Amino acid sequence: METNPKSTLIVTRRSPCQGGIAKSALDTVLAMAVFDQPVALLFQGEGVLQLLPDQATELLGRGSLSRQLESLPLYDIDSLFVDAPAARHYGLDLTLCALAISPLEDSQIRDLMLQHHTVLGF
Amino acid sequence: MIYSLLVLSSPLAGSSARTAADFAGAVLARGHTLERVFFLDAGVQHGAVSRVLPQGEHNTLDEWLELRRTHSVELLLCVSSALRYGMLDENEATRHERGAATVHPAFTIAGLGQLVEAHQQSDRLVTFGG
Repeated sequence: METNPKSTLIVTRRSPCQGGIAKSALDTVLAMAVFDQPVALLFQGEGVLQLLPDQATELLGRGSLSRQLESLPLYDIDSLFVDAPAARHYGLDLTLCALAISPLEDSQIRDLMLQHHTVLGF
Repeated sequence: MIYSLLVLSSPLAGSSARTAADFAGAVLARGHTLERVFFLDAGVQHGAVSRVLPQGEHNTLDEWLELRRTHSVELLLCVSSALRYGMLDENEATRHERGAATVHPAFTIAGLGQLVEAHQQSDRLVTFGG
């Protein structure tokens, strides 16, 4: 693999129970980190619901994303952002979130996207 | 310019699968290089060897196979998504004791590291679906 890594912003926009796409986004973030590629993660739109605490996904016979989310800092993934208008829309209390995550307004999200070489939307 | 594609949506969901295949053809027609198409999540269903569509419906599999045949484009299916969707090549079918392979042999089952590598080696990584 080449050196000179490119920065990537992964944007995750789906609710945690909507198919497997939210998990695929997280898997991609972790893969980037494992290969020492700079990566940031933005929860946008319905994707902010992935940050809800106490998700009983076992009732759906599915695995939980929470543990994987909480492991992100262990992989030195600390560029974590949340769409602040969406968090307000869904009544998400970020103080209950187990992750240290930065809320961004629309103009800041635009700046964040401009700061990255690649933006991958999930 | 070197392109790679990331396809997230099922071949049966909306138009993004068709758009991805058309985009791939356009990239090559303009003289660019298309290195790799990585299929993730529901996108792995593009590799299904056994789909039978009603007459008159479009099967994107033919387009991917043509890209593979004419331009040696790598067609990679994410392994964890592939298993979840029952997309097994000969090796995985044997390993998981399933009766038959369900993936067309032009596709290769691979890890997400191959997506990371595609990102590093391409000028553009373009996502479809999601």
